[in-house]
Amino acid sequence: MSGGSAAKADILAAVRAALGPAPAVPGVPRDYRVAGTLQPDVELFAERVAEYRASVHRVSAAELPAKLAELARGRTGIPPGSGYDGVEDHAMTVGELDALDTVITGCALAIADTGTIVLDGGAASGRRALTLVPDHHICIVHADQIVASVPDAIATLDPHTPLTFVSGPSATSDIELDRVEGVHGPRELDVVIVG
Amino acid sequence: MSFPAAARVSLADAQLRRNLGKATSLIREKRLRAVAEVPDWEALRAAGEAIKASAMARLPEVLEQLEQSVTAAGGVVHWARDGAEANAIVAGIARANGTDEVIKVKSLATDEIGLNEALERDGIRAIETDLAELIVQLAGDRQSHILVPAIHKNRAEIRALFERTIASGESLGDGAAAIAEAARRHLRAKFLSVPVAVSGANFGVAETGTVVVVESEGNGRMCVTLPRVLVTVMGIEKVLPAWRDLEVFLQLLPRSSTAERMNPYTSLWTGVTAGDGPREFHLVLLDNGRTRVLADEVGRAALHCIRCSACLNVCPVYERVGGQAYESVYPGPIGAILTPQLRGLDAAPSLPWASTLCGACYEVCPVKIDIPSILIHLRGRVVREQKSALSPEALAMKAMAAAFGSRRRYEAAQRLARLGRGPLAKAALPGWTAMRDLPEPPKETFREWWKRRQG
Repeated sequence: MSGGSAAKADILAAVRAALGPAPAVPGVPRDYRVAGTLQPDVELFAERVAEYRASVHRVSAAELPAKLAELARGRTGIPPGSGYDGVEDHAMTVGELDALDTVITGCALAIADTGTIVLDGGAASGRRALTLVPDHHICIVHADQIVASVPDAIATLDPHTPLTFVSGPSATSDIELDRVEGVHGPRELDVVIVG
Repeated sequence: MSFPAAARVSLADAQLRRNLGKATSLIREKRLRAVAEVPDWEALRAAGEAIKASAMARLPEVLEQLEQSVTAAGGVVHWARDGAEANAIVAGIARANGTDEVIKVKSLATDEIGLNEALERDGIRAIETDLAELIVQLAGDRQSHILVPAIHKNRAEIRALFERTIASGESLGDGAAAIAEAARRHLRAKFLSVPVAVSGANFGVAETGTVVVVESEGNGRMCVTLPRVLVTVMGIEKVLPAWRDLEVFLQLLPRSSTAERMNPYTSLWTGVTAGDGPREFHLVLLDNGRTRVLADEVGRAALHCIRCSACLNVCPVYERVGGQAYESVYPGPIGAILTPQLRGLDAAPSLPWASTLCGACYEVCPVKIDIPSILIHLRGRVVREQKSALSPEALAMKAMAAAFGSRRRYEAAQRLARLGRGPLAKAALPGWTAMRDLPEPPKETFREWWKRRQG
């Protein structure tokens, strides 16, 4: 890799030459609404998720199993140990994932301001492929997992986990800059808010 | 082809102008609404600008930190001085994994360095998975917009293209959903089987080694999750110092680009994770002219660009000529300041003039790049460094200097001007008189009148 380290040395030398001996480093004004400024708002979250044309359902903890049974169709995948009704994902092959009709998972947290759910590859979210390959994702959000804003989410999340921010079903704006649902990710997203 | 020549071609295409006009006016209105509901938008812009300026000022340090963080998380970092080096690194990784196909997430950096063509010369096929990139690839066309590379094509044209290619023998109907469905069926088998993916990066965080890809369709998630090996090509200017900096850019970018509160999918990964996603992760840090841009104290702010494309959508010049006139993968106002600096002013000397200096681009830029001021600065540099001594302007100045140098020549020139105005002057000054009237020289000069009175 001597070629590689020579490239690194050359690039860094070019950067230093371009910047000169003592480049001024500006301070960063953080006068925007930082983490902790806003209160989480469950109603706002529900409203904003729905605006992405995801389906939003609000249930109590007791009503959850019946709601999941009603929404899930066909062969259903679940993260191992999650306890929902379905086939546990123990390193399923992509072919096996592709044969699933529905996947039921939890999430790491949700953001009210943008109507976003965040998956982190943990026990509740499952690994990334599980919520990507099946065409229908049912995501359970407990009301106390909802944070107010993007800064609140960034302050809470662990950067060393694989994170996916999901805001509505798969979509494209590539045809005449108009949002059309349904390309490669799950085309149907049910968000079930508990509590 | 220079900008004026390329623009003439685009302007003659009425369909192109209709498609662009419709799409850009729609997105302009949506962006205004998306930004208006954020009360601290100006504070976010100020923070975004300062974070980028601070990252550039500390670039050697933050790049080395990024390398350390990615390596500590199980990734491999490569450095590429130019496009050829980056292309060779990607081709080498594909070959080492025994594949003759790679799947790709839309990436301007890899378009800039011609990665697909370079891989093809090495016998490796690059499959574009973004809908618009697929449209451009199938049509054998070129990109015309940062975010929506096929913005110059309308729904009917895309449908006809798909019915000729990936959905041949089918009738897709008029809905956009059927077009999206055809792309889904076409690419699904590739997502599930190709072992190597190539992506760009919207952001790379030095503190943690996290790489971020912002997208809509899910093709990005497929590429960064399912293949065994992931290669990300990232321009060195995309580095952010701190994890926390993402809280600013994940608010600024979606509202500025697709005018949404949040884009459908954003993937963030740090190295490799056991049992989840690729087993190998390579990050290629690309210079390819960026250090040259950094050396210009005024022009370097062009490196702050987060590729949202808001400046394209508000630009009266872009709206009329489209993206293909800008001679590069970076069109519109940002392209007019970035391309001549990345490639060198001699390679694209007409681009800094591809603007009316109306200032709309500066107003919408989420990181407050003062594009009009940089355009003026680059115009000055082109004139000082590049303009040939034989340009009409330079010749006119030389002739003036000679005329003012002696009374005899000055008076002769004044007489000549009266005779020479009209067809002769127009032929001599084609650029000048196309847009302006040449003033009528007086029938008698002051000096002639004075001589006559005395005589």
